[in-house]
Amino acid sequence: MTNPDDLSRRKLLMKLGVLFNGIIAAVLAVPIIRYILSPVAEERKQGFQSWLPLGELNQFPAGETRFATYRNPVVNPWDGKTADIACWVRNVDGQTFQVFAINCAHLGCPVRWFPQSNLFMCPCHGGAYYQDGSRASGPPERGLFQYHYKIEQGKLFIKAGEMPTPGQKTQSSLVTLETRRCV
Amino acid sequence: MRLIGQIGDWLDARLQVGQTLRETAEHPVPRDTASWFYVFGSAAFVVFILQIFTGILLALIYVPSAGEAWNSLQVLNHGIQLGWFVRALHGWGSDFMVAIVLLHMVQVFLFGAYKFPRELTWIIGVFLLLMTLGMAFTGQVLRFDQDAYWGLGLGASIASRVPGAGPAIVNVMLGGPIIAGATLSRFFAMHVFVIPGLLIAFVALHLLMVVKLGINDWPMPGRVVRKATYVQEYHELTKKDGLPFVPGAVWKDLCFSALILLAVAACAMYFGPFGPSGRPDPTIIQTAPHPDFFFLWLYAVLSLLPPSMETPVLLIGPVIAIIALLALPFVFGEGEKSWRRRPIAVLSILLIAVSLGDFTHLGTFTPWSPVMDAWSSDSIPPQFLHNRSALERQGALVFQEKQCHNCHALDNIGGKRGPALDRVAARRTQDQLIRQVIQGGGNMPAYGKNLSPAETTALVSFLETLRPEGQPAARDSSRAVGLEPQSGKPPAAQP
Repeated sequence: MTNPDDLSRRKLLMKLGVLFNGIIAAVLAVPIIRYILSPVAEERKQGFQSWLPLGELNQFPAGETRFATYRNPVVNPWDGKTADIACWVRNVDGQTFQVFAINCAHLGCPVRWFPQSNLFMCPCHGGAYYQDGSRASGPPERGLFQYHYKIEQGKLFIKAGEMPTPGQKTQSSLVTLETRRCV
Repeated sequence: MRLIGQIGDWLDARLQVGQTLRETAEHPVPRDTASWFYVFGSAAFVVFILQIFTGILLALIYVPSAGEAWNSLQVLNHGIQLGWFVRALHGWGSDFMVAIVLLHMVQVFLFGAYKFPRELTWIIGVFLLLMTLGMAFTGQVLRFDQDAYWGLGLGASIASRVPGAGPAIVNVMLGGPIIAGATLSRFFAMHVFVIPGLLIAFVALHLLMVVKLGINDWPMPGRVVRKATYVQEYHELTKKDGLPFVPGAVWKDLCFSALILLAVAACAMYFGPFGPSGRPDPTIIQTAPHPDFFFLWLYAVLSLLPPSMETPVLLIGPVIAIIALLALPFVFGEGEKSWRRRPIAVLSILLIAVSLGDFTHLGTFTPWSPVMDAWSSDSIPPQFLHNRSALERQGALVFQEKQCHNCHALDNIGGKRGPALDRVAARRTQDQLIRQVIQGGGNMPAYGKNLSPAETTALVSFLETLRPEGQPAARDSSRAVGLEPQSGKPPAAQP
């Protein structure tokens, strides 16, 4: 026969054992959660954006919109072609530029430039944008995403490194265009 | 034979599972349930086993690296003997699994099987459906091609709309700032470890509950489920008019499962594997990404929703749908099981089936997308150019040059984004045509800045010829009246 005191002592020991395991689990959870959330860690996020050259200015004639690509600044050796990102460069008047993200402001599909009708068209859900990136028609709620740019030593640089998505705040490197309708 | 029997006895003396297995196999089920309507669950299970098996075979070759995945798929398709067939089995198995899980769910819903005491079996089934769809989506990503790449962009764009946490969710989902190696690695981990592990555990639980609670009795109109009496009634039914599951009912499950496996193999052999489509290189933008079959309806919904409704519908819609499915057995846990006495249940299924079917059908030909090369590859049918003036033909050139054809069809050729223009002159006056071209509106871009006055004049004069033979062009009768008092002449056409 077990004596009741003994039983309660065993119960207590078992509870202590559960507690001990719980504490270890909680301690282990901290590094595991930090590991999972590492893509949003502050010190890492700051490195996402940097100034990247798109090429010599003479590749982008005044009044025209041209295709350009860059290699993403944050990259792993096994990323392959996925780290090569495209964008559209519009040389407005030889002085000012607009650099648009390739991703449609609706759901991220690659927009194509049609110089004949001066429109960007999206192949997925039918979004269309005017040459200045403002929304022309279709499901997008806003104009195309734009990168900050600067000109140094005859080269065009943009600040990029993160895939633009509709939910992003505008204080990052992307300039928002007001939703505008040409009437 | 005797040796096998002896080995079996030796094993069972140590494993101690023979008795349990025999009791499980021979547990009595109501005679009516040995029916061809009760075979979908077991078929889904068999296809799941096929998926595990073919998935492991694919993992022998597949490389989950953004730089190499596409190449390893090419090797599977062309370099390894019958690699294409294993890929095809896995791909078609996936489509069959989603289809059978949906059929199973519809049958269970119409037969009232979610009612007391099988509420939790239904709820676990809902999770199994979500996991099956999760496997379908992550599997589409592992086929790392253009569709997968831009599909991920679409997923990221939807996730980014979550208020507040959106951008952080995108970074965690992609494993970094862009779709790249880290993204594929985490989808690989989900598709190969996390979701299958959960699926195996939940399938086991689901099956255990079916055995412990008994298969749902055939619904008879008038035989109403009451919590107080149901369990006793069910046991009386199985005692009075039951038969052992093995072999009484199982032969139909076996036949149907074999038929499904045969169908998967036949589709795999005849149609071959899915893709991969183009290389996942984001600088190749000459692509029209589209999702796999079971997500086409979503593709259509995303195209057709008004912009202002999109974010709320995307974020709140799935939550409402899942809550409704989970709440169903608690709200309607008692009462009639038979579909003959549940007209709203039948109508709901019909409504959902017709909607999903219709959206899926639209998704197969995407009428909302401009046909990107219609302006250069689809010529204007000759009947629209016959006996036309030089100005009108010049307008036809403008129509092609300015890519109007990408969105507007003539004689069913060209885009379907905007209305077909075969008879536009019969419903729009000259002034209205000019206004529409220059100012746009009604989801058409404004072309005022892109057309010279001469081009507009030519284009509109071409559009004015687009009407059925013998039918006059639409005209504004007030205009003639308004202009008549000033000049005696008919009003001149305005460019």
